[in-house]
Amino acid sequence: MIRPHRRHPLWFAYLLHRVSGLALALFLPIHFYVLALALTDPSGLDGFLRWTEHPLVKLVEFGLVFLLAVHFFGGLRLLALELLPWSPRQKSLAAGAVAGAFGVSTVFLLNAL
Amino acid sequence: MLEQSILATSVWRGDAEGGEFQRFEVPRRDSQTVLDVVTHIQQELDPSLAYRFACRVGMCGSCAMMVNGVPRWTCRTHVSKVSGNVSGGGGELQIAPLRNLPVIRDLVVDMAPFFDKWTAAEGVFRPSETRAAPMAKVQPGSPARAAANAGIECINCAVCYAACDVVAGNTDYLGPAALNRAWTLVNDARDGGQAERIDAVSSEGGCHNCHSMGSCAQFCPNALNPTAAIAGLKRETVKAKLGWRR
Amino acid sequence: MLDVRLYLLQRLTALMMIPLVLGHLVVMVYAVQGGLTAAEILSRTQGSLVWGGFYGAFVLAASIHGAIGLRAISAEVLGLRGVGLTALSWGVFLTLLLLGVRAVYAVTAGGPA
Repeated sequence: MIRPHRRHPLWFAYLLHRVSGLALALFLPIHFYVLALALTDPSGLDGFLRWTEHPLVKLVEFGLVFLLAVHFFGGLRLLALELLPWSPRQKSLAAGAVAGAFGVSTVFLLNAL
Repeated sequence: MLEQSILATSVWRGDAEGGEFQRFEVPRRDSQTVLDVVTHIQQELDPSLAYRFACRVGMCGSCAMMVNGVPRWTCRTHVSKVSGNVSGGGGELQIAPLRNLPVIRDLVVDMAPFFDKWTAAEGVFRPSETRAAPMAKVQPGSPARAAANAGIECINCAVCYAACDVVAGNTDYLGPAALNRAWTLVNDARDGGQAERIDAVSSEGGCHNCHSMGSCAQFCPNALNPTAAIAGLKRETVKAKLGWRR
Repeated sequence: MLDVRLYLLQRLTALMMIPLVLGHLVVMVYAVQGGLTAAEILSRTQGSLVWGGFYGAFVLAASIHGAIGLRAISAEVLGLRGVGLTALSWGVFLTLLLLGVRAVYAVTAGGPA
């Protein structure tokens, strides 16, 4: 499915950055809508927050935190790539970004459960 | 033993309107290159096959094709490296024209858009002195000269251009080769066209569209790094935009 | 699709969000412990100029950053160009900004002055 000329680590890092960014941009309106319930429908907000206690929803939240963290760490790599002198360690840095994001989102999940 | 085995080869046949892969059976030989395979087909099996090559030694940059889905210089690509090792047989090979460029016929693409962008990126040396001026003194070890040296071995084969997905999604994008060339000239102390060049690579199709996916550097047969060159252009264009560039 | 001006905006908002995302990640891990309630969120944010400024800046930066990101994706993947592309970029920016400002207002307005 992934065409041969795309099968290398930095292309996958690009794909992850694009997909996570797209997902975050689509998630933000929902996030903002729910927070605004504090003003328009406080009991609705509490009802929603109770729903998020469900373990499956916690797993989705883990995914959202991972998306934010991986876009953050991946973005740091890109900023460093563009602003600082070239580092030949791009593949290691991209792998480190994924590992860091996984670490942060796991810490979140352990605190959430 | 290798001489007896057969390489199952699919070659793209068609033109700008479209086409399809045609199967050929090519005898496998020692030290055989992908260009040898194409030449065998054209000389022994089907003289109507159109392809392009000149030097056969990795200098001229005219024989690049998609080999098993990856852009490569075919004259320096050994079949043994790319064909896989199908047991008992000679492996499989799929050969297609370079991606991201219009096909003229079979394996020949129109390189005009590629070279037009080379010019559009101000990839041309603009002398700042006349021929009467004394020889310019450039320190070989200076950072600018080192940055230029890192990019000047480009042979214009368009492998990076075919590998780049930004080019695929945006036909206006100047592409890795033209921007790499512009970066070597930005670092050339003798060049007098810097303001025009910074403008050219800051345009809608300029260096800022690059997403640093690195396919250009991944597949460059001369191991150049256009991604790093484009990052350098991004820094210099931002400096120019903010008025920090002299 | 991206000229130097949009590129610069994209990178400046990215730099601006480095401390904001870090802060948001820390708050999420801290706040999720023991479950979320509307009262708990509001007790932290209501009437707080600091949180209002923090999330206000975050909403502004994320709206710009997300709009430019979706612009690049729509141009490259959907082939959108010209007026359509400009309209989409502004539409995404204004939608995110309005919903975001409304959410920040909902959780910071009122409460102890």
